[in-house]
Amino acid sequence: METKSLSGAEVLIECLKEQNVEYIWGIPGGVTIPIYDALVDSGIKLILVRHEQGAMHAAEGYARATGRPGVVCVTSGPGATNTVTGLLNAYMDSAPVIVITGQTVTSMLGKDAFQEGDIFGMTLPVVKHSYLVKDANDLPRVMKEAFYIAQTGRPGPVHIDIPKDVATSPCTVPLNAEMDLPGYKPRDLEDFDREEVERIAGALRRSKRPVLYVGHGAVISNACSELMKLATTLHAPVVNTLLGKGAFPEDHELSLGMFGMHGTVYANKAVSECDLIFSIGGRWDDRITGKLSEFCVDAVKIHIDIDPAEINKIIRPDYYVIGDAKHVLRELNKHISRLDTDDWWRKIEKWRNKFPLKCSKKGGLKVPYIVDTLYRLTKGEAIIVTDVGQHQMWTAQFYKVHKNRSWISSGGAGTMGFGFPAALGAQFGRPNELVVAIVGDGGFQMTMSELATMMNNNLPVKIIVMENRYLGMVRQWQELFFDNRLSGVDLTGNPNFALIAKAYGCKSFRIRRNADVERTLKEAIEYKGPCLIWAELIKEDNVFPMVPAGAPLSKMIISPPKSAPTEIAAKPAKRRRKPRSEEK
Amino acid sequence: MNAKKNGNKELPKHTISIYVANKPGVLMRVAQVFARRGFNIDSLVVSESQDSRFSRMTIVSTGDAETLEQIIKQVSKLVDVLHAKDHSGEDVIEREYALFKVETPTEKRTEVLQIVEHFKGQTLDFGEDYLLIGISGATEKIDASFELFKKYGILEVVRSGKMLMARGREET
Ligand SMILES: Cc1ncc(C[n+]2csc(CCOP(=O)(O)OP(=O)(O)O)c2C)c(N)n1
Repeated sequence: METKSLSGAEVLIECLKEQNVEYIWGIPGGVTIPIYDALVDSGIKLILVRHEQGAMHAAEGYARATGRPGVVCVTSGPGATNTVTGLLNAYMDSAPVIVITGQTVTSMLGKDAFQEGDIFGMTLPVVKHSYLVKDANDLPRVMKEAFYIAQTGRPGPVHIDIPKDVATSPCTVPLNAEMDLPGYKPRDLEDFDREEVERIAGALRRSKRPVLYVGHGAVISNACSELMKLATTLHAPVVNTLLGKGAFPEDHELSLGMFGMHGTVYANKAVSECDLIFSIGGRWDDRITGKLSEFCVDAVKIHIDIDPAEINKIIRPDYYVIGDAKHVLRELNKHISRLDTDDWWRKIEKWRNKFPLKCSKKGGLKVPYIVDTLYRLTKGEAIIVTDVGQHQMWTAQFYKVHKNRSWISSGGAGTMGFGFPAALGAQFGRPNELVVAIVGDGGFQMTMSELATMMNNNLPVKIIVMENRYLGMVRQWQELFFDNRLSGVDLTGNPNFALIAKAYGCKSFRIRRNADVERTLKEAIEYKGPCLIWAELIKEDNVFPMVPAGAPLSKMIISPPKSAPTEIAAKPAKRRRKPRSEEK
Repeated sequence: MNAKKNGNKELPKHTISIYVANKPGVLMRVAQVFARRGFNIDSLVVSESQDSRFSRMTIVSTGDAETLEQIIKQVSKLVDVLHAKDHSGEDVIEREYALFKVETPTEKRTEVLQIVEHFKGQTLDFGEDYLLIGISGATEKIDASFELFKKYGILEVVRSGKMLMARGREET
């Protein structure tokens, strides 16, 4: 083989090519120059970002929009530490992201060399796996393993630390290395407990009030058609989590939309009163169960998950299958038939009619009306990427996602600053589709330097900046649970977002009143290039329904209180000196 | 159901055996799974296995059974871990080795040596006023000798930590 002449860096790039990597996001530095040098003629497109956090979220956005791993390459020390937030996000939301960091030369490891940082040690709790490569001859194997680990089983981020001398020294082994992973054996997709699947079918048959609970696992396994078959055959209601959006079309008559903290009333009521709840790739997160000891106490609980560690973690299911959602459901669908859910549906329809999600134009410009209009104009077909906060919850409520992998939001970590760069990544991955980033004024300012990345690559992303001049979600909690004592949430000093856009050569639109919404959104969507839509909202608006943190789903606050806000918060207010730690 | 905290109640001790690929960082990864859930590791023994590519860890830890179940699953999930098993309450062979340096004025020497003999220990070194004793056996036995030596004054103790092996041809 002529591999003899290749350096570690060149081999690294060859391995990436073998994995069909199209893009690498990153910023170079002293120790990664050899890798960046090898990239020059590689055919892989290097996307220079403005901050490593942006590279991470872009790679994750790409991964979640396409199902293929996103690759990041950054320098040692501060370059590497800037990826940690992105690693946490990818880890919590099970996204396949490969992070390559440069490192100081092996002879200097542990000697406080310039820009040395123990990134291997620092990232251990937020990676699915990681490597410190000390010999260029290990690179072909490590790269193969990294891509395999990131994508198989429950996906997750893999980190590879490469000292500079490893990148420059010759790699003398063939590229097609054998993997050496004696402790890693993701199951064969057809390998699951089929008898338990039949028992699940039996439990479903006995159910009068079933609910199908769709989580991110269903999205990742692309279980859409199986899920459709399951729901329509059973004639059972479907609820989804924030990250489960898209696996089952939310405009379908069987869909009750999102449940949990900011879920629809009818979804939460259905979950509260069901006699069977069936999680398909959902991990019973505290944001959706509310107070656990009161969650579905008498209901039969069923759980399908690819990750054995999710079984019994939060609840003890009556039936469970460890396996890939798509394959397990395909098997289950052989054993099911229509349930007698007519009474159940009568009840649900009553709730659906009585407590619809309301989006009114009264009281000034607000997020729900904007998102609802966007939904109508795009017919639910756009790829929606959000940041974190109130706008995220409203978007989740009002934008019914019709297609899988068309909703990207930071769920487990709740990372402000995620949305905009993630939208860029999604657009890289799906260049011919409409990508809309819906971000808050707070979160956008954390990563808006990627406007340069967007413009340089002419990515036609539409950014809607929801400007309420507050860190809105925190302000809402302070209003409801801390006697409206506002602390650290006032965004006075916001820039003029039209001028920010202009400074980067980006087209902008402005929405100041309800009357502007439809016309401006239409114009922006039809605009061929990148653009920023600056929506100047009324300052104070709250997301409802809301289940206060730690309360059961049945104690949901359905609509804005007519009385002074402190009154409805009578119970949580007692604890107001002890703030809850689980801030979003 | 809900992960209940046991308050101040005595929490059970668990002995967990973990078979891992001998890769750098594997000990940190395993230790982190315990630390993240507030579990203290009471003792830890790591050594190469019959195959030098793999190592055996025996960990003794204290905590509630539900969290431990999570810990074992999370440990098993680590890429470098081949398997992890809680052997608590099983009929397995358990051994520990301890070195004691005991205050032993001449007039007490016979008494202390009687204890050493009772526990089938060995005197490994001695001076005018101390004995250095080695004892092996099940953890309870080491604990019992510890209690007895305390009366004379223990200058130092070093314990190996518990090791364990499944009986018969069953894999540990
Ligand atoms: C990096 C980070 N810092 C802090 C928080 C806590 N937090 C959650 S929501 C929120 C407010 C977000 O404000 P904004 O981006 O303006 O969106 P809005 O809620 O107003 O829609 C904050 C500060 C977070 N989730 N992430």
